Amino acid sequence: MNSFWSLVSATLVKDIRVEWRSKDALNSMLFFSLLVVVIFSFSFDPLAEESRHIAGGLIWVAFLFASVVALNQTWARELRNQVLDAYRVSPAPANALFLAKAVGNFLFVSVLEALMAPLFVVFYNLRALGPAWQLLPIAVFGTWALVVNGTFFAAMSLRTRSREIMLPLLLFPVSIPAVIAMVAGTTSILTGEESAHFWLVLLLTYDVVFTTACLALFEKILHAE
Amino acid sequence: MKKLFPILSVITAILLVYALYQALVVAPTDAQQGDVYRIIYYHVPSAWTAFLLFFINFIASIQYLVSGKPSTKSAANWVVIVLGVVGVGACFLPAVQRLIPAGMRPSAVATTVLMIPIFYFLIGKLFPGENLDVLAVTTAEVGVVFCTIVLVTGPIWARPVWGIWWAPGDIRLTSTLVLWLIYVAYLMLRRFSNSAQTQMMAAALAVFGALDVPLVYFSIWFFRTQHPQPVIGGGGSMDPRMLHVLVVSWTAFLFFAFLVCWSRFRLELLHREIEEAHAMESLAGAGVAAKASLPLGRSSR
Amino acid sequence: MNAVKFLIAAYVATWVIHGVYLGSLIRRFGRLRQQAKELGKGK
Repeated sequence: MNSFWSLVSATLVKDIRVEWRSKDALNSMLFFSLLVVVIFSFSFDPLAEESRHIAGGLIWVAFLFASVVALNQTWARELRNQVLDAYRVSPAPANALFLAKAVGNFLFVSVLEALMAPLFVVFYNLRALGPAWQLLPIAVFGTWALVVNGTFFAAMSLRTRSREIMLPLLLFPVSIPAVIAMVAGTTSILTGEESAHFWLVLLLTYDVVFTTACLALFEKILHAE
Repeated sequence: MKKLFPILSVITAILLVYALYQALVVAPTDAQQGDVYRIIYYHVPSAWTAFLLFFINFIASIQYLVSGKPSTKSAANWVVIVLGVVGVGACFLPAVQRLIPAGMRPSAVATTVLMIPIFYFLIGKLFPGENLDVLAVTTAEVGVVFCTIVLVTGPIWARPVWGIWWAPGDIRLTSTLVLWLIYVAYLMLRRFSNSAQTQMMAAALAVFGALDVPLVYFSIWFFRTQHPQPVIGGGGSMDPRMLHVLVVSWTAFLFFAFLVCWSRFRLELLHREIEEAHAMESLAGAGVAAKASLPLGRSSR
Repeated sequence: MNAVKFLIAAYVATWVIHGVYLGSLIRRFGRLRQQAKELGKGK
């Protein structure tokens, strides 16, 4: 058990270190996120009263697209240097690799969200009328929901033609309940009109169900030729 | 076997015409919606057929995933049996009975739950090995066709009745849309993937889809309680004469779906045979080119 | 009546969709049979 977690953390630390040194992906993602926020801000008048009702949806759609761009390169680096093949022949459990990748992606996307969120607040003049602290668990559970399935489907898309488009094609339908929960939860907190409690429970359930499914099936995907 | 197909086709055609007659002429006119409600006799049976086909795909996918090792296979068998027993027993507990929507008898729910192990073992028996995957592809494709019909006839029905084409809070139509999206993604994965493990990955996707559907249902259900929306397709109980026509229509479409699936199944078998033959031929060609002594008995170009 | 137009549209749409799918099946069968014949000749 110990070796499992040490493998996870070793892989995770390696990924973070590689990313930190090159900062490729991070820089391009940051700029992309800024562009997304700006363009979305033209889609409606942020001073209008309805902006609070719509902002939740817009924010999560923006995060969704930004995470897809991030997820797409999850495995690309491994593929380039035949690292994936090395993993396959090693006795290391496939799950350890998956967990490391998923957590790495989670951290990466969370950084993006942390940077984009203040931009949204500024551009849309947002102020939460409900309990603002609840936005944090929604963001955490929601991001994990996107990232855990995203990492899994990114691995699946590796052996397909049009790899980059395959990932969102697979991810979006399955993510729909999570997206509904994130958007509705965020909107209820911003407008203060309803409790976000149900949405939090739904997100948590979603996370548990799909994390289990991904861990159970990842090994089969990793060994795809 | 060869004769069966044309005979069944004739029977199916007759049934479909009969169902049409029942739907348009025999069924009584609805007090509120007039004659437009008759769309239900195509909309609902298509939905039930699509769900049945996707359910079969789900079962076939699970079987395919566990068929790798005998230990996982027998473990899955036991899980299914326990699920069936517990599910049927639970239907008769008062705590569970309170959850059953009004209008459904516990015995009906129990019978539906019993279908899961029955289907599981029947499909395992009738479609051994590779045929499981052929069944999966077949049911996914034909399921998408029927599901498309549900999604097209639904809005066509909604427009005159509710004045709107679509209501995002319509739990049934939206859940059906998500199911359609998942299975279109499934078919795309099969088409674009050129790995030896494509079948395995598609089966995994089907399992993900099946896990997703109840979550979709709950999320939209709660969304609806916050934002009341019209229910397209009507809720509540049904005039027994209408129910009778609905069942007749469904029977006709089931026969039709069976024939279409049978054709698609044969098509897939033929396709795989030809691919194998191509592979053998290129192997044979390579063998002769390398001057290997193989008992070929055929001349190559 | 206007509403009946929708009824007819729904029924027609159903059979058009089925027809398109069945047509694609027939076309694929034809192509495969052609390939099978060529394989047979190649022998």
